[in-house]
Amino acid sequence: MKYIDEYRDERLARALAAEISRQVTRSWVLMEICGGQTHTLMRYGIDELLPPQIELVHGPGCPVCVTALETIDKAIQLASRPEVTLVSYGDMLRVPGSHSDLFRVKAGGGDVRVVYSPVDALNVARANPERRVVFFAIGFETTAPANAMAAWQARREGLRNFSMLVSHVLVPPAIRLLLNSPGNRVQAFIAPGHVCTVMGYREYEALSREFRVPIVVGGFEPVDLLEAISMLVAQLEAGRAEVENQYVRSVCYEGNLPAQRIMQEVFEVCDRKWRGVGPIPQSGLKLRPEFAAHDAEQVFELADVATEEPAVCISAQVLQGLKKPVDCPAFARTCTPENPLGAPMVSAEGACAAYYQYRRHAVKA
Amino acid sequence: MGNEPKTAPQFSCPVPLPARDQVLLGHGSGGKLTAELIRDVFLPAFRNPILARLDDQAVVNVNGVRLAFTTDSFVVKPLFFPGGDIGSLAVHGTVNDLAMGGAQPLFLSAAFIIEEGLPLATLRQVVASLHEAAAAAGVEVVTGDTKVVEKGSGDGLFINTSGVGVVPEGIQFSADQARPGDRVLLSGSLGDHGIAILAKREGLEFEGPVESDSAPLHTLVASLLAASPTPQSIRCLRDPTRGGLSSALNEIAAQSHVGMEIDERAIPVREEVKGACELLGLDPLYVANEGKLIAIVEAAAGEPLLAAMRHHSLGRQAHIIGTVSDSSPGLVTMRTLFGTTRIVDMLAGDQLPRIC
Amino acid sequence: MCLAVPGKILEVEERDGSRIGRVQFGGITRPAYLDFVPEAVVGDYIMVHVGFAISRVNAEEAARTYELLEEMGLLESEGLGPESSPDTGGDAP
Repeated sequence: MKYIDEYRDERLARALAAEISRQVTRSWVLMEICGGQTHTLMRYGIDELLPPQIELVHGPGCPVCVTALETIDKAIQLASRPEVTLVSYGDMLRVPGSHSDLFRVKAGGGDVRVVYSPVDALNVARANPERRVVFFAIGFETTAPANAMAAWQARREGLRNFSMLVSHVLVPPAIRLLLNSPGNRVQAFIAPGHVCTVMGYREYEALSREFRVPIVVGGFEPVDLLEAISMLVAQLEAGRAEVENQYVRSVCYEGNLPAQRIMQEVFEVCDRKWRGVGPIPQSGLKLRPEFAAHDAEQVFELADVATEEPAVCISAQVLQGLKKPVDCPAFARTCTPENPLGAPMVSAEGACAAYYQYRRHAVKA
Repeated sequence: MGNEPKTAPQFSCPVPLPARDQVLLGHGSGGKLTAELIRDVFLPAFRNPILARLDDQAVVNVNGVRLAFTTDSFVVKPLFFPGGDIGSLAVHGTVNDLAMGGAQPLFLSAAFIIEEGLPLATLRQVVASLHEAAAAAGVEVVTGDTKVVEKGSGDGLFINTSGVGVVPEGIQFSADQARPGDRVLLSGSLGDHGIAILAKREGLEFEGPVESDSAPLHTLVASLLAASPTPQSIRCLRDPTRGGLSSALNEIAAQSHVGMEIDERAIPVREEVKGACELLGLDPLYVANEGKLIAIVEAAAGEPLLAAMRHHSLGRQAHIIGTVSDSSPGLVTMRTLFGTTRIVDMLAGDQLPRIC
Repeated sequence: MCLAVPGKILEVEERDGSRIGRVQFGGITRPAYLDFVPEAVVGDYIMVHVGFAISRVNAEEAARTYELLEEMGLLESEGLGPESSPDTGGDAP
């Protein structure tokens, strides 16, 4: 497949790894933000190719992991109503809420359906006018334009039985939080290539300047990530701190303007609660008042859920890159993908799940 | 609300779910949840050494004759898909379970659970297909059953087939027979069936046809037996159905207390299947197959049996994909295209298409 | 968190005010909404996420940077590393 296969070329990957080894004179801690990038790193064993001085830690780039517990509980509440059809992207189905998850609701008779696209969600609503269809609209900025289109289309059509439970999160505020936290060890970032495809990378310049960290916008194939790492190491070794773009085939400085326009028309920035952390100011998106008729929060009277977060796992530290999944005493023992104790094990994109799937043999017996 | 946190942010954990008290869809996926259900509910109830082997079939001794006996239920949706339908699948699935025990399949039963309202024409079509598949496989449907359930209680049609066959003397295939040094053979490309089904369900359009690989494997097995240097050269046969290659290899690794190392470069996957998997965020290692088998064979038998597979119409794309090792028992690892190593773990439940 | 796949536009049609492409990914074709890439035409490659194109692949930039990578790969395999300054690997387009 063009634009995929050539970025999985082993020869190029090894050449880039060698280049990195040549440049490195001391240890560096790098973070990739996006769960999809973590997935690639684990799947291809990229860390095995890198020199030992490069430490990769994995960021909170998994909206499934960081979706607030209250939001998941609300989705579960809605899905449990007999008149509601809840449509969702696949990964959300296994995320535990306070007492249940969407798979269990489905098992109990709830109408929960997986969709691959917000258009599918609209189609479910059109095909089932007697059902109240709720679309669980989560994601980072990458998914926001498509989700916005669904809301925009629903309003244009007057699709009265369609509403959205929105829980979008934004990347730059999360990076800011990480950089501000006292224990932060991350010295450079690989910015998420598809988020930046939509948003451009202007927002990252402020972060780079303020915190003096190199940031490279990276793609998702092994060669992309290795090239991005190479660019970061070059900056670090030279004492530079700038924003560069590795993923030139998809990302430009301004990003995708039509996509940003629809986002602005439909959503507005709001404070958003991140699972466990609590509210990060201006870190989320919600529907504008003009779309109230399609905002599930307003259409349904959802009981406010009181949730409690016991700190039984170290995912907090994993998500900040302070610890690796294998450092956790529960990893692969009491905490496994089918019995997750923490958010990063839940999602297929979570660092712990990726580690579990691909690297478990590093765990000391 | 606008202050920066003074302590390290605690991206912390959800409350762990209480112990599972109901059956979920994931329990039918062929992955870990299924294994747990078998281990926690079925095995303790039916305690016996034959069942405990957890092979695809049971080999029982009746008056000196070794019979293979198996059962399988078919709940596929949609009922009709490129390359087959629930009827032909019902024959192939059970014939293959028998074949994995080295048996010559002989007789099948066919029990139908029909949802009220199913058009008779549909039923006739399925039955015709089942009959055709049975005839082609050389087995007879000698007994059956019919039940009708109320509308809403089933997916149109469920079929259960049970089968018996005779196992030749000296053949003792089982999942606990793998030994370090053995070779792992795969008879052909991965993911065709699962993708064909998904494509039909999701309306994916393929340039070249992606058809289910649903096929009876007993003649392929017979040619392997004929080419086998000794009766014990073949340790174990498995067809990687739901749960894919990963489940099958993990099950064998667990039962035999061995590790397995496979090579990504050796695993055939059709272009269209690769493309569909990329698009949906699926991994071919976990996608179901209905006309492929894995053979764990002693090292010396690797090449001759590979040749025998390739000689057969159902094994043209066969490859030796790995070796059984004595390190990390129970763990299946894979050399990636990059020469690095990753673990091929069993999934918990169904593979969920990812958007990220 | 963003699985976006590159595909080639084979056909474009208008439906209810939206441009929809018939897009080829390896051996499959799927529809994708082109509302965010008004400049994309038949023959172009686009990145598709949840059924929507989020960018038009910059073929020229991709070719240029890939060529640089390939040169480095060749040098590597011949045992020759880059002779110039450490900045070589970090040029932004």
